[in-house]
Amino acid sequence: MINLKINGFEVQVEEGTTILQAASKVGVKIPTFCHDPRLVPHGTCRICVVEVEGGRNLPTACTTPVYEGMNIQTESKEVVQTRREILDLVLANHPLDCLTCEKSGRCTLQDLCYQYDIKETTYVGERKDFEVDESNPFYYNDQNKCILCGKCVYVCSQLQGTEAIGFAERGFPTHIATPFNQGLEQSTCVSCGNCVSVCPVGALMPKSKEKFRYWETKTVRTTCSYCGVGCQMDLVVKDDKVVGVDPAMGASNEGLLCVKGKFAYNFVNHPSRLTTPLVRKDGKLVETSWDEAYEVIANKINETKETVGADAIAAFSSARALTEDNYLMQKLMRAVVGTNNIDHCARL
Amino acid sequence: MTNSVAEIKDADAIFITGSNTTESHPVIGAKVKQAIKRGAKLVVADPREIELAKYADVFLQIKPGTSLALNNALAHVILEEGLEDRDYIESTTEDFEKFAIKVKEYTPEKAAEICGVSPEDIRKAARIYAEAGKASILYCMGITQHHNGTETVMSLSNLALMTGNIGKENAGINPLRGQNNVQGACDMGALPNVLTGYQPVANPQVIEKFEKAWGVKLNNKPGITIPEAMHGAEHGDIKVLYVFGENPMVSDPDTNHVKKALEKTFLIVQDLFLTETAELADVVLPAAAFAEKDGTFVNTERRVQRVRKAVDAPGEAKADWLIFMELMNVLGYSKKYKNAEEIFNEIREVTPQYVGISYARIEEVGIQWPCPTEEHPGTKFLHVGKPARGAGLFMAVDFAPSSEMNKADYPLTLTTGRNLYQYHTTTMTGKTDAINKKAGECYIEISPSLAANLKVEDGEMVKVISPRGEIKTKARVTDIVADNVVFIPFHYADGANVLTNGEELDKYVKIPGLKVTGVKIEKLA
Amino acid sequence: MKTISVTINGKKLQVPENYTIIEAAKEIGIDIPALCYDPNLDKVGACRICVVEVEGARNLMAACTTPITEGMVISTESKNAVETRKEILRLLLDNHPNDCLVCNKAGECKLQEYAFKYDVKFRQHDGERRQAKVDNTNPYIHRDDSKCVLCGKCVRTCNKVEDRKVLSFGERGFETHIVADYDNLMADSSCVSCARCLAVCPVGALMDARTMGKARVWETTTEDVKCTVCEYGCDFELLKKNGKVYAVRAKSPVEGRPLCLKGRLSVDLTYNEEVQVPYVKKDGKFVEATWEEALGLGKLLSKLGK
Repeated sequence: MINLKINGFEVQVEEGTTILQAASKVGVKIPTFCHDPRLVPHGTCRICVVEVEGGRNLPTACTTPVYEGMNIQTESKEVVQTRREILDLVLANHPLDCLTCEKSGRCTLQDLCYQYDIKETTYVGERKDFEVDESNPFYYNDQNKCILCGKCVYVCSQLQGTEAIGFAERGFPTHIATPFNQGLEQSTCVSCGNCVSVCPVGALMPKSKEKFRYWETKTVRTTCSYCGVGCQMDLVVKDDKVVGVDPAMGASNEGLLCVKGKFAYNFVNHPSRLTTPLVRKDGKLVETSWDEAYEVIANKINETKETVGADAIAAFSSARALTEDNYLMQKLMRAVVGTNNIDHCARL
Repeated sequence: MTNSVAEIKDADAIFITGSNTTESHPVIGAKVKQAIKRGAKLVVADPREIELAKYADVFLQIKPGTSLALNNALAHVILEEGLEDRDYIESTTEDFEKFAIKVKEYTPEKAAEICGVSPEDIRKAARIYAEAGKASILYCMGITQHHNGTETVMSLSNLALMTGNIGKENAGINPLRGQNNVQGACDMGALPNVLTGYQPVANPQVIEKFEKAWGVKLNNKPGITIPEAMHGAEHGDIKVLYVFGENPMVSDPDTNHVKKALEKTFLIVQDLFLTETAELADVVLPAAAFAEKDGTFVNTERRVQRVRKAVDAPGEAKADWLIFMELMNVLGYSKKYKNAEEIFNEIREVTPQYVGISYARIEEVGIQWPCPTEEHPGTKFLHVGKPARGAGLFMAVDFAPSSEMNKADYPLTLTTGRNLYQYHTTTMTGKTDAINKKAGECYIEISPSLAANLKVEDGEMVKVISPRGEIKTKARVTDIVADNVVFIPFHYADGANVLTNGEELDKYVKIPGLKVTGVKIEKLA
Repeated sequence: MKTISVTINGKKLQVPENYTIIEAAKEIGIDIPALCYDPNLDKVGACRICVVEVEGARNLMAACTTPITEGMVISTESKNAVETRKEILRLLLDNHPNDCLVCNKAGECKLQEYAFKYDVKFRQHDGERRQAKVDNTNPYIHRDDSKCVLCGKCVRTCNKVEDRKVLSFGERGFETHIVADYDNLMADSSCVSCARCLAVCPVGALMDARTMGKARVWETTTEDVKCTVCEYGCDFELLKKNGKVYAVRAKSPVEGRPLCLKGRLSVDLTYNEEVQVPYVKKDGKFVEATWEEALGLGKLLSKLGK
């Protein structure tokens, strides 16, 4: 075990722990753009620099392992000055459009500029001018907003294993692109949206059907309703409508989702949802009340039980519904209707 | 799954068979790729050259429906080369000798002939699987949806037993559940022969227990499965059919017969949308979607996880459990539940695997059953030390081809599956425009040489015919299928299941052999 | 009261005859954008952002001041109305600093809300702009004229109290701005820091000086409390970040509810976990004070023997 001090707090951590991990252990928050605990630390963005007593320069907290007796300041004057300088430089090449940017309210760049009071850049000069890649139907890539933290690239390669995007060119024109700049639609991209979910700014954004600001929304943790992996996700809800989905760190998905979980949520609020019971009258399905629907069903069940027996009634339960729904359906069939003719689509 | 999803990325070798993992279970597909990056070896056996085939150390492009022969040959090689785990076999298994004699017949050469692969590749695959310290088998409907599905699963379980890949981390036999809560539906006894927690209907003590718990007399005659119920409906034996959250008009084999059956019976459909099946119903009940109710799903690794209400259901739509409760009440059973949690607590009382799981405990992270007490952490992987039944039972199983194979009139073999974008019968995914932009319509994958023989171009409409019916669909020319194999995703109405056979069922669990259908293709004039 | 029937965005409804268009629309959940309108203040129709199209009318009508008439057919988001709103927003943004990045009002700013809704951006060219004129001489009220949209809500609110009337419009045309007394600095004016004006300002022109830089609106959760200093029981909100109260905010004043500095300070001291020192005005200047002084508790405490 290694003993060190962070902002005056004594901390004891295991060997190999980074400064960032040690700080989070004592509740000291160090800002980051490019860090993700699931990725190999790469120290690209430099915003997490801290001051170490006796050190010659400011090391990045995300990549520097702690050592015995280390004394760290995370918000010293020099650290703050450096972070302000980094933010100033980032803003030098970032459009100032928080007024209408859909990421506003969830943008790490905005958060840190607020925290370190950077209103605008002090630099004048050339700015990026990339065409927005809108070829993918689920999300777009606006490189004018990219801060080159690289999280999208590494999530795509290290976690998703798709390797659809990478860094292109060098120096000022560096940007995130698909091979040969062919555009997302022509790439190997599988639209999982995991890059979109980790982007700290407004560079990779879902093409949402709804216009909303993050501060108008709430999130609800739930389980994905598609395949059996059981990914944990947060539904983004505005005014009783699901307007987006974010992956959560579930036991099986570890922060990943696929295209269906991330983007195929429109069915919930779809106008073609059934809203009233229907019953067939004169060959046509017509709207009816719950009471009448139950009565029609109950009469038919009772009549069949009396004339032929309960085993002439069968039910297919649903592998898409709740455990509780399934329990009650089989209980309905067994305890009330009186048959074991209950199955579901495990076979199909 | 015997093991957990998160364990996959640390396996030494992975054998994927009958699962197009990156499309049907994309997040598990990502874990497989993570494992490969870490240095894991990969064997893939599939009729199609799926994405993961490109990552495989050995890819076995087998003919549809021949997995059992392949698995037996893998076992043959393992024994022949002495790669089996003798200690595990001797200490924890039964019937090994019978099994060893049986697989002796399945030389790699014989299996290679049946499966259409090279014997050397079979040997290589067997070595990769058996020599790995921790080898995981991932399989899906490509294994089970066959006339011999159960036996094919047994042949996989034999492989795991003989190499001691059971009861340890990062290994196991792992069926990937296709739907969010198949596991939960099975656990809850939405099956004709068992009550919750797989307690058999045929066991008088079980019946007695549930009669006491529910306060009613119970029927102890095991019920019938979906294919049998369809058959029964068509022949007038099933008078009332209650279909909840399913769309058999698209998902079940032989659509024309399904339609006849559904039209003949009194049909109740409970769903989110007016599906192809609901259109035939006598009564349709509007249900709440997953985002509109509280409850639980159980994932493929047996983890009970919370589902939470985020928005209100539209109009008069109701949570499914509430509909069932009200219907029970109308039918004279007066039990009432205030919420899903009350139901869950009743489930815990009658289901041994669930006793220790409560909503409070799964608030943050779900728990994997079995979980017998409130103090139990849940079970990450099964069969530690010894298989649950006491000893691992080897099963000597034989390969027999499907009756759909080798038909002179229908020389091509159709197999089915999913694509990445759509889910099941598209009732949910099909409501997102971008999804339909990617995969909005049905297609058939045919090989370039078959296309050339038929004089069909990529994108051209063709007629596909089986003894059950015919469809018109778009040809997608691709070399991921072999020359005499074609593939149609089963998502689309008037698609693959118009052609499939609903009669040839697995003799143990009555699963239809959806993955093998003899068809022929005609160019449209 | 007699009700009359109108049609708004294709929906027919019955409303009392003394309603304006904006009030009628609200009945069916339609929010018409508005900067100068406040149900508790006189209606002045100054900002024009609430214009709507009325069938048969020659031009667009201000929804906040136009009374409904029988059979009126109103379209609140017609092409014409939307185009006009966008033009108004463009004009306002031409003379507004682009600093939503760090502006403390971001997240509850009406100008930002409507610009997002109608997709209007800051103009790229440089025309003349009001100079940033930050007046932070009052320790409670942060005033920035460059962000003012001249809706006049602060003026009307201030003028509701007969013996205040501190704020008013000064000058004309491009130079128009809100002045305190004779265009004094806030500290030198007769303002008593009741902070009613903060509660009504739709943009970042008047902000609570004590919340500046402390948290973004979207990081903030609120809890309602009542002031107990006098029998009015004014409504306040506790502003919390990560569960910790960092400021208190007076809610929009309603009829008969005066709001006062003493009440606000008392709520502040009671609930705020990061409470800042109070200031009181002595001889026309704000000076740091003790809490006893600020709340006028000196004598009480000595009587209680503390």
